[in-house]
Amino acid sequence: MKLFQEGGSATRRRVIIGAAVATAAIMALAGCATTGGSSSGGSSSKFSIAFVPKQLNNPYTDVELGGGKKAAAALSGVTYSVVGPNTASASSQVSYINTLTQKKINVIAIAANDPNAVCSALNQAKTGGAKIITFDSDTAKSCRSLFINQVNTADVASVELKQLGEQINYEGDFAILSATANATNQNAWIADMKADLKSDPKYSKMNLVTTVYGNDDDTTSFQVAQGLLSTYPNLKGIISPTTVGIAATARYLSTSSYKGKVILTGLGLPNQMRQYVKDGTVKEFALWDPAKIGQAAVYAAKALVAGTITGKTGDTFKAGSLGTLKVGADNTVIVGGPTEFDAANIDNYNF
Amino acid sequence: MTQATPPAVYEPRAGRAIGRIFVSREFSVFAALAVLIIVTEVVNPRFLSAQGIKDLLLNSTIFVIMAVGQALVIITKNVDLSVGSILGLTAYGTGAVFATFPHIPLPFVFLIGIVFGAILGAINGFIVTLAGVPALVITLGTLYIFRGINNAWAGSNQYFVGNEPAEFGNMSVQTLFGIPWFALGALVIVIIFAIYMFSARSGRDLYAIGSDTDAARLFGIKVNARVVGAFVACGALTGLAGVLYASRFNSVGADTGTGFELQIVAAVVVGGVAIFGGSGTVTGAAIGAVLLTTMTGALAALNVSKFWQQAIVGVLIIAAILLDRILSIRTARKLRVSEARNV
Amino acid sequence: MSETTLPVKARSNVSRLFFGRNANTVYALVLIVILASIFVPYFAGTATVSFLLIDAIPILLMAMPMALIIITGEIDLSVASTAGLSAAVMGVLFHDAHWNIVWVFVACIVVGLLCGAFNGILISTIGLPSLAVTIGTLALFRGLALVVIGDNAVADFPVDLTTWATSTIGGTGIPTFMIIVAVVVVIFGIILHFTPFGRALYALGFSKEAASFVGIRVNRSKFWLYVASGGISAFAGIFWVLRYSSAQSDSVQGLELSVVAAVLLGGVSIFGGSGGIVGVVAGVLIIRTVNYSLQLAGLPDTVLTIVTGTLLVLSVIAPSVTARIRRSAERKRSRTLIHDATAA
Repeated sequence: MKLFQEGGSATRRRVIIGAAVATAAIMALAGCATTGGSSSGGSSSKFSIAFVPKQLNNPYTDVELGGGKKAAAALSGVTYSVVGPNTASASSQVSYINTLTQKKINVIAIAANDPNAVCSALNQAKTGGAKIITFDSDTAKSCRSLFINQVNTADVASVELKQLGEQINYEGDFAILSATANATNQNAWIADMKADLKSDPKYSKMNLVTTVYGNDDDTTSFQVAQGLLSTYPNLKGIISPTTVGIAATARYLSTSSYKGKVILTGLGLPNQMRQYVKDGTVKEFALWDPAKIGQAAVYAAKALVAGTITGKTGDTFKAGSLGTLKVGADNTVIVGGPTEFDAANIDNYNF
Repeated sequence: MTQATPPAVYEPRAGRAIGRIFVSREFSVFAALAVLIIVTEVVNPRFLSAQGIKDLLLNSTIFVIMAVGQALVIITKNVDLSVGSILGLTAYGTGAVFATFPHIPLPFVFLIGIVFGAILGAINGFIVTLAGVPALVITLGTLYIFRGINNAWAGSNQYFVGNEPAEFGNMSVQTLFGIPWFALGALVIVIIFAIYMFSARSGRDLYAIGSDTDAARLFGIKVNARVVGAFVACGALTGLAGVLYASRFNSVGADTGTGFELQIVAAVVVGGVAIFGGSGTVTGAAIGAVLLTTMTGALAALNVSKFWQQAIVGVLIIAAILLDRILSIRTARKLRVSEARNV
Repeated sequence: MSETTLPVKARSNVSRLFFGRNANTVYALVLIVILASIFVPYFAGTATVSFLLIDAIPILLMAMPMALIIITGEIDLSVASTAGLSAAVMGVLFHDAHWNIVWVFVACIVVGLLCGAFNGILISTIGLPSLAVTIGTLALFRGLALVVIGDNAVADFPVDLTTWATSTIGGTGIPTFMIIVAVVVVIFGIILHFTPFGRALYALGFSKEAASFVGIRVNRSKFWLYVASGGISAFAGIFWVLRYSSAQSDSVQGLELSVVAAVLLGGVSIFGGSGGIVGVVAGVLIIRTVNYSLQLAGLPDTVLTIVTGTLLVLSVIAPSVTARIRRSAERKRSRTLIHDATAA
């Protein structure tokens, strides 16, 4: 069977030059739009930093980058830029890292979509003279100098279990709705939760029935939440340690007969969750202030470029309003503890 | 004509035979759907709880409406791969409308969504017919372009539940005798388009174009106008689906609807619309859409590993086209036999 | 009549080399590279060569069999899923089953060949439409990748191999792996342009009936094209895994659209029956060059998405529109000629 029948008569195809000219026009514009990225020869207080988030167009990422942008503006001589993919894919991040290497950007701050896939590109950037900082989601340790972590992994796990436990009287089935199956931070939290469940007698009657993945996609998370409730009739609660997942699940619960009966907790943005806290779907959830991560990354970058720290455990650096931050085990900087939100305090936060 | 008069020519017979395939083809999808639901319900009685039924119907609504539109286009031997991006644009547009005019009457919101979708569909239709190039390539291109525009427009902005009037969000959960209004609306749309395709002259034209475009043109059918019309209808229905999406899922942003196109095409193909046009019905496409959405829910309820779900969808598509092939071979043979007898 | 409307054979080889559609695509590529070098800072340099080409490798590999398939008037949308399945199999056999890496490679290619054969049987033997079949197998093969590897990611491949996959030839910036790709491209070029089988593919694209009348085994040719497509896609999957040192269920996801876009941009007609390997290579490089230079210019993915779409639409519309314009110009000219003749 022939795939397509040709419409007109047979004179065909020649000029692709038209397409080329159009492209050329776009490229000329692009060239004009480009700002010189690097300032490799400048004094030590001048440097360029580029953020590579997991994906653009994500409200959480936006708050994070906002913190970085503000900090960069506060320090003089810092060239700040953001590049990244529209969808959370590691291969697209690699292309962007390559362009940064070529532009000789001084510091690359990345939230990795895959801990290993971005590594060789980062190492190439390092060879070219760039410093590598990871934030939010780490890479393999050898590929970066520093990891800016929101909170202690263990703290997230314990606050999640505590919030759920309190509401279901430390008894019954619950499930976890995570982001993607390969997300480093998610998997670390889940592993810690599992360890806590085993070791802490308080949780002995709580039973984790399954972990499902909403891929940090709204629709998928929504339907996965539906699936959970129809599959596990005895489900008492859901923990969703991702802002996309918890918002989607809350939305489903709030319009279903499970509202108020199935407990939901996790990590969420106050602005997204406000309505559900007010209508009783969700009693409490947690998060940190994402802007602080971006801020810490910029100050860490400054210290790395200036050579006052190398990223080894025990190094300290000043981070503006965050005070002095310390590099802990595994070359990790912990920015702060989790904040718990409920109806009483949620209106004090706007992010 | 009564039963007593034997058919003098074999045309009516052929017509009846083709009618029979349609019946059997849709019936086979419907039977598959019934089996799926019954098995799931036996294994997991919670599947058909009041809430379960509501979820099933609501999940299907958006895909059913999009599948009806896509079926119109595919019947004319074209395809619209940009529907996911059109849905994204119209859904985000709905959020933007509420942000700009918070007190706009709801019917206007629907109207805006439908018109917006229709315009996007018309762009596809005009490029395809004017340039005389395959819809597959053009709509693949507009898939990228519309999505890019959506990205540029939305940026990291998302419209949430709180940005929209409560009655708009509530629309998706209100029910009549336990059946969501949205699902009833989708049913009405399917019925209207089924009648239109079956009885209206212009509806039959779409089949003629899909079966043999050149013959249709020689026959005096305004091929280009009809094809553009099919694209416009597809865009408008997708626009409507976009508004419903905004109400149901309530959070719309830059990547809303990404990847829907393959699911919709799959639903239409599973529902018995031939990918090369000329045959199939919107009813079949609609049932196909219900089958595919129910499948996702059912596999979760059956506790089938989530890893198998996509593979099963793939098998289903291939099984559907194989079935079509077998049925058409059988009909062809029957037709040959009956023609031979008539001679 | 303009030269394009003449049968291909009537045109001399030299003029075909410089004025054919292949040549135009190459000119377009050269033009784009020159413009990018002028307008985009940092573009001119060996780093560009290396980063640009290494991203082009998987698309270039999969574009070869895809070009042949589209020339016969069919399509294969399952290429990226086949590569993904091969990547998943590679991860599991190496990490969990502890196979020797050589046998892992062999197994991956075999998996790819089987995927291709599955497509081939459905399309050529049973005669199902390739578009529908390969949409189905796109979902099926990706689904099987998920079944095979689940939510694991395998990253402990031999460092020698992964470094080799990203290495370059001396200071040229050309990826070492490009040598293998070049061999594949040359083989496909020879098959398409210098063998009876290749010419048969064009005939097939023009008319299946005519092709079978002149003695071309239509079904068998198509079957082997799909098998080749599966094998090459699996090979692209292996490269992907080595390059990113990571195998997971979503490896190579979504690349099928880029491959089809590159092939069409390279001058292969979606109607079948025309196109050439040189043009396809240029098409792949055009897409990658445009993308990379826009990325280098710091433009967001959004612009890239729109540009890719526009390029695709233009590449199919432009020939059709220019043909129409030329036709009407011809008509006008012949009309004036007749008019002049009658006036005289």
